Amino acid sequence: MTKKTPTSDYTGCIVIDPLTRIEGHLRLEIHVENGYVTEARSCGTLFRGIENILIGRNPEDVQHFTQRTCGVCTYTHALCTTRALEDTMKTVIPPNATYIRNIVLGIQYMHDHLVHFYHLHGLDFIDVSSVIDADIQKTLKLANELSTQPYTEIDFRETKYKIQKLIDSDQLGPFAGAYSTGGHPAYYLSAEANLLLTTHYLKALRLQVKTARAMAIFGAKNPHTQFLIAGGVTCYEALREENLDEFYKLYKETFDFIENILVPDITLIANEYRDWSAFGGSQNFLTFGEFPDTEKVRDLDARWLKPGLILNRDLSIIHPFEPKKIAEHIGHSWYKGEPIQHPINGTTIPEFTKMGDLDRYSWMKSPRYDGLAVETGPLAQMLVSYAQGHPEVTTNLNDLLKKLNMSVDDLFSTIGRTISRVVQCYTVAQQVDVWFQALKNNLASGDLQICKKVDIPDYATGIGYLNAPRGGLSHWMKIEHGVVSNFQLVVPSTWNFGPIDNFGQKGPVENALIGTPVYDPKRPIEILRTVHAFDPCIACSVHVIDSLTNESSTHKIL
Amino acid sequence: MHTEKDAENIKTENVEAKTKATLTNIEYEILFKEKSQFDLLNFCADVAKNMGLADEEIPSVVKALTNENRPSVIYLHNAECTGCSEALLRSSSPYIDQIIFDAISLDYHETLMAASGDGAESLLEKAVNNPNGFICLVEGSIPVDFHGTIGGHTMYENCARILPKANIVIAVGTCSAYGGIQTARPNPTGSKGISECFSNLKAPVINLAGCPPNPLNLMGVIVALLQNKDIELDTKGRPKMFYGKTVHMLCERLPHFKAKRFALSFDSEEARLGYCLHKLGCKGPKTFNNCPSALFNSVNWPVKAGHPCVGCSEPDFWDTFTPFYGKN
Repeated sequence: MTKKTPTSDYTGCIVIDPLTRIEGHLRLEIHVENGYVTEARSCGTLFRGIENILIGRNPEDVQHFTQRTCGVCTYTHALCTTRALEDTMKTVIPPNATYIRNIVLGIQYMHDHLVHFYHLHGLDFIDVSSVIDADIQKTLKLANELSTQPYTEIDFRETKYKIQKLIDSDQLGPFAGAYSTGGHPAYYLSAEANLLLTTHYLKALRLQVKTARAMAIFGAKNPHTQFLIAGGVTCYEALREENLDEFYKLYKETFDFIENILVPDITLIANEYRDWSAFGGSQNFLTFGEFPDTEKVRDLDARWLKPGLILNRDLSIIHPFEPKKIAEHIGHSWYKGEPIQHPINGTTIPEFTKMGDLDRYSWMKSPRYDGLAVETGPLAQMLVSYAQGHPEVTTNLNDLLKKLNMSVDDLFSTIGRTISRVVQCYTVAQQVDVWFQALKNNLASGDLQICKKVDIPDYATGIGYLNAPRGGLSHWMKIEHGVVSNFQLVVPSTWNFGPIDNFGQKGPVENALIGTPVYDPKRPIEILRTVHAFDPCIACSVHVIDSLTNESSTHKIL
Repeated sequence: MHTEKDAENIKTENVEAKTKATLTNIEYEILFKEKSQFDLLNFCADVAKNMGLADEEIPSVVKALTNENRPSVIYLHNAECTGCSEALLRSSSPYIDQIIFDAISLDYHETLMAASGDGAESLLEKAVNNPNGFICLVEGSIPVDFHGTIGGHTMYENCARILPKANIVIAVGTCSAYGGIQTARPNPTGSKGISECFSNLKAPVINLAGCPPNPLNLMGVIVALLQNKDIELDTKGRPKMFYGKTVHMLCERLPHFKAKRFALSFDSEEARLGYCLHKLGCKGPKTFNNCPSALFNSVNWPVKAGHPCVGCSEPDFWDTFTPFYGKN
């Protein structure tokens, strides 16, 4: 039975600054009327100036700079820059290099989605403090119903013991001061479900160490891999049999966790929180596709997951992705220059006005596609792939929807975003095995090449497209006199979190927040739920300001 | 030296032996305590090894990490990419949950904490005013001109208020130590490292340089602090026990360098054979850090992955060590 969403008759403002459990610093100001969000604006409050630092640099060095845009989406920026540089030379890299890059990116998806689900988003659904009331036998029964994973009493007793010990010590660390403390009607799970999921939270904390290690076998380290070069990869030692075996062991352990724990857990959470299929939806979706083909490595349409655009939730037509339709609006951002810019000629010239400026209020630009605000990320990719009949995505998504007794329409929502992330994680995780076996076969056939020599041009432009775990990322590079003369990054979270554009249209998150219920303005967990479902990764910050009324309630979320 | 596998085996044996019998709550508690003691011993041994301590000193490391009252740690974020926090999350000796639930009390960390609301802000205040003091870890540089803000305060104001109260400040990563990527030419935000911003701290800042720094080194510093040991710093504020030698001196490819066996391109047979990367731009000889011996993610480091060292633990490496590739 669907839980009744708790509501209130609260009217007023809620200020959230900074919002935690994300990458970066996030501030939101929300207006609520009769218990539902009616207004939201979004603004970044930190400018790092990476784009300006890149001017005049050696093109080959740039991947190391851009990778430092974000330590959570590590590798994705380095890879995107490398693709942009290779695009300037139309380089076709050796097949082994494509396999290895795909495997490493696949592992990054597995790692990123796992950590997001349990450690960044999980506490929006899980009430850790209630686990001390859970019945061990009932938890065991619930666990055995959900998954074939073998559990013993010990697993759950140990979690209870650990949490009890934290509570007794009065040093709760990261669990201190959660919205759920003392009970919150917007938290629906039983004490037993909370105990099960908290156990998985702790298990996942250790498992992700191994997932990152799998990535480091090829990539040198995580975060901030160091093994890419224009023309391929450098990790010869990773190809030794013992290293490949070690990689596979670590990969397999993570895969098993995803299959036997993560997937059952999303069914548990989505089932209990199914009322959240009514909140947080968007209209338009864009994805660049991902995982290049070894032969047609430069062809976006040949990628394993294909690019595409969905308009007005219409899954019957997938529109082609046309790069020339991307533009960035800066009319409401703290930049000067042309108000609408194509990224290849884009500028990033800071012009700060003031905090609280209602007209220009963000360090983020607003990317638009053909003038439209579009959502990017796992929901966009899964919807596009589903509508295109991608075999693995279709099977996995249908399986999960069937278990949940939900339809595809339910995915246009906060819980749909979280479901899609798990499906994407699981589907990509399955495919990593395919690329790994293909790599091994190719090596066994005698093809040992992992990179090739390239000549960096003195004058050229290049674009890299990458579907990061959080969505569509593109790097736009211009080389003149042998050095970078312009470089722009259009990142997933600006697509999703950017401010109002020059036509007055809100960004996807601002839109999605409207209609979100708020039961207790002092503990607005519902807002966090929708914002976290987008998996914000903002190396700058986001700031939503109420523009309609005076603040009536200020509330900080640290 | 215990391995992860031993720990797993012992855990399995314990579980198998004891689940068959019905345990009382007290017996369960003893079991978990034993297990947690074992884990602790295991990771203390790793930390001690990285600190260059003899086996006899392991018990003192254990003692430092088993205080009834875990030391309070406040972790602040400034202009950064969160990579240093992520590196800490990847720690395996000890695991992050052992660090934050058994060894220290992580009372403020924006990426991890569930806390929210004014209650959370008061948690920060409580931690800052803890009578036993606190250790402050700082990630990210301070944008002095552009004033990134958190909770309505500038990053500079936050640090100016909190850092002088800390018993000790550890700069986690090259950004908080020296400014890092934000200060790279032309330093558009006027960013600085902590030492450059504040001269009124209780003790010199410990600079754990690196992009990211190795979490094993961070743990070693925390242990040394808890043992009340003097931490000897080099002229750049880095603990000598981890940054006393160059990457080059510790590099497994040093014999190739000495024998003048160099890779001249990445697609060469020499590169495949693991020859020295000096002529492809390796900055190992100019970089003080223990990457080759500490390893990242317990498994690898850049030169082992066939890529030159970029010198990420040196101040201003983004400007003085670029171009990263080509002749040194």
